[in-house]
Amino acid sequence: MACCQSRRKTPPPSAVHCRSWLLLAALCNLCWRGRRSSSFTIKPGLQTLMTLAIKEHEQHERLEKLKTLFGLPVNKAKLTSQRTRLKNQNGFHLCRLGREVYTFVSTSRMSGSLLNMFSKGTKRKFSDGDEEISDESLVGARVASSYSLQRQSLLDMSLIKLQLCHMLVEPNLCRSVLIANTVRQIQEEMTHDGSWHMVAEAFCSAGQSPSERLVATEVLCRSREQDAEPKLFSVISYEGCREEEVVADETLCSVSVSDTVSNVCLAGRIGQCWEKSELSGVERDEEALEDSRLGSGEDEEIDTKDRASTESPKTIGQVFGTFEIKNGSPGPDSALEELFSDVDTSYYDLDTMLTGMQSAPKMGPYDILDSLAPSHSSPSIVSTPNCRSDLNELDHIMEIIVGS
Amino acid sequence: GYLTDVSVSARPTADIISTVEFNHSGELLATGDKGGRVVIFQQETENKSQSQWRSEYNVYSTFQSHEPEFDYLKSLEIEEKINKIRWLPQKNAAQFLLSTNDKTIKLWKISERDKRPEGYNLKEEDGRYRDAATITTLRVPVFRPMDLMVEASPRRVFANAHTYHINSISVNSDNETYLSADDLRINLWHLEITDRSFNIVDIKPANMEELTEVITAAEFHPHQCNTFVYSSSKGTIRLCDMRASALCDKHSKLFEEPEDPSNRSFFSEIISSISDVKFSHNGRYMMTRDYLSVKIWDLNMENRPVETYQVHEYLRSKLCSLYENDCIFDKFECCWNGNDSVVMTGSYNNFFRMLDRSQRRDVTLEASRESCKPRQVLKPRRVCAGGKRKKDEISVDSLDFNKKILHTAWHPQENIIAVATTNNLYIFQEKVN
Repeated sequence: MACCQSRRKTPPPSAVHCRSWLLLAALCNLCWRGRRSSSFTIKPGLQTLMTLAIKEHEQHERLEKLKTLFGLPVNKAKLTSQRTRLKNQNGFHLCRLGREVYTFVSTSRMSGSLLNMFSKGTKRKFSDGDEEISDESLVGARVASSYSLQRQSLLDMSLIKLQLCHMLVEPNLCRSVLIANTVRQIQEEMTHDGSWHMVAEAFCSAGQSPSERLVATEVLCRSREQDAEPKLFSVISYEGCREEEVVADETLCSVSVSDTVSNVCLAGRIGQCWEKSELSGVERDEEALEDSRLGSGEDEEIDTKDRASTESPKTIGQVFGTFEIKNGSPGPDSALEELFSDVDTSYYDLDTMLTGMQSAPKMGPYDILDSLAPSHSSPSIVSTPNCRSDLNELDHIMEIIVGS
Repeated sequence: GYLTDVSVSARPTADIISTVEFNHSGELLATGDKGGRVVIFQQETENKSQSQWRSEYNVYSTFQSHEPEFDYLKSLEIEEKINKIRWLPQKNAAQFLLSTNDKTIKLWKISERDKRPEGYNLKEEDGRYRDAATITTLRVPVFRPMDLMVEASPRRVFANAHTYHINSISVNSDNETYLSADDLRINLWHLEITDRSFNIVDIKPANMEELTEVITAAEFHPHQCNTFVYSSSKGTIRLCDMRASALCDKHSKLFEEPEDPSNRSFFSEIISSISDVKFSHNGRYMMTRDYLSVKIWDLNMENRPVETYQVHEYLRSKLCSLYENDCIFDKFECCWNGNDSVVMTGSYNNFFRMLDRSQRRDVTLEASRESCKPRQVLKPRRVCAGGKRKKDEISVDSLDFNKKILHTAWHPQENIIAVATTNNLYIFQEKVN
């Protein structure tokens, strides 16, 4: 972690903006993809990224939208009085979505009616004093955008809730099921609206060259060799011991500081490509893979993947070369191990995320690396005991990167 | 009316109360807490013959029912919090209750001892053995009265039958069996047999990713030993007949109210999740509690409840905030009074609601030290949903969502209620004018 502090440079705003949009889109994309398998997907490593993405996105866009919403030039007089009343009534309070993630939620009854956009058709009981807003035409155009805004924040909130789990005690299954159903509901609606598709398209369609775009983009979109469909990643499962992904926390890789953003990558994704190319050479442990597959819906893409994987190790080398290698051994292999060794495997374990229900002893995602690539001499991956300190650490890193 | 006298009992420890239950006679009141302890109160009646008698509940017995455990296979803690307590009908001098945490159910015997033998030949009074050579005479030991001692001893431990968290237990009317329900399965036990249980309901899907519904509560019918109901997180109640088949996955009756399309929102499913189901004492009705309402169902009518009562409708516009702070997942319980004419349930800000079915009235009362003085009548509370706040009303935004009353119990015969706030237990008695 010392490297990031000593060589920190603030990325140019546009890059940050791009990245924030990308990350958020990646999140949405992955979630959309999940519908195909009738479950939604979340990349576990994106936990902190979600926080970051939402935060950045909010800083750049959502707050502005909210401000614009209430700064409508239509009928200024009424709106001014609205805003005054809102402020006077402690109109807004920061609604905490998660750690360091906030959105504005109004507690006043005026904006309570806006919050009612969530509940379509709920009768607004505070009819007196609501004359300004009860006239739908006033905020007609903005209702839709505020609704989608609120829906988006609800989705973000739900996903964070699902990810944040109590590591010591099994999380409440009923609560998890209800939140998951809510997320599915939002997803379905967004798919109906076409919002998912738009978001997915928005960043997949651009066929920029790898050097301009984040590597993550193309890895996700596979715009080079394959079709533009993003990969299906690990699945949120209530008993998902078979679907553990090899995913590294992006924040660790994105610590690689350089001016171009091309070094930022989904190391885990690439790591998987790279590692799958190892598969052909290494004796497979069938049983191990049976229990801890690297992704359920991806078998069809493995054959085409190898082409990508040949190029990937170079990228990894570039990326990981910027890391301070603690044990001093060079090369991407050890760097990869070193990268993973900092990460608390249990944190990324989908099992413990939701219910901790496992029928068989878990095989952590990084155990796969160990079993598949025996040539690596690095010590076995040890899961750090407390994921909270890791989270704080990662958060700290992200803050530094964002320069907030 | 329902303005009640107050007899406040604070529990000796400050742990969060997790369950409250009267026994079948109402003389004993058991509470379980987050620390795995069970505290039993006993009713002391003074001057019961007089018209204005007043009951007091004093601590009768305290024991540690469950200890925290660690599941080494999953590297997870098993909480010792007592989820439910159910009393068995009394058969002899001793009392029996079932208490359960997330994984293990225990049968406890609570017995009194008020005599002890004295005058042993070979032992001194303090237990030391006498030297046989010094004994010159023999005597017959006799029983002498002693201070009342209440002993609780675990008689059965029913373990290792649940993969998921136990949310309900219910003793059958046959007094031989009971059921325990977790999120996905319901097991039938015999009270004498601890190493085996019979699975009667299993809603676990083959692929856990397809899981969308869990079991939230289950109860045996009070009179028909073959009938039980279980509620789900989707707002449905299924009534099952154990005579129909060994595995009761197929319900005999499905109680579900069609959704009101005008109230549809992203939170509709969450607030429709049933947190508690209770049969009426006469066995003709059952009551369900979801987040915002209480519904009374006639067992003969499946398509809609016969009565619906709003508990705190003013929260409907706050669902987003309540979702954010997780309050929307709170599981409120509900209870019937002895003759099934009034139902009671809890709310936030230490409010609880009494809903009179016969007179179509309802009242909101508060359980707090400030508003309750002993022998003082409780004042009805009002919550102002919006608009001008009248005097004595409290506005929705001032409600304290950390002060929630999840557990309430009603004496089976008298109008005495037990209301559990976070750390305190309040016992109210109806004042008869």
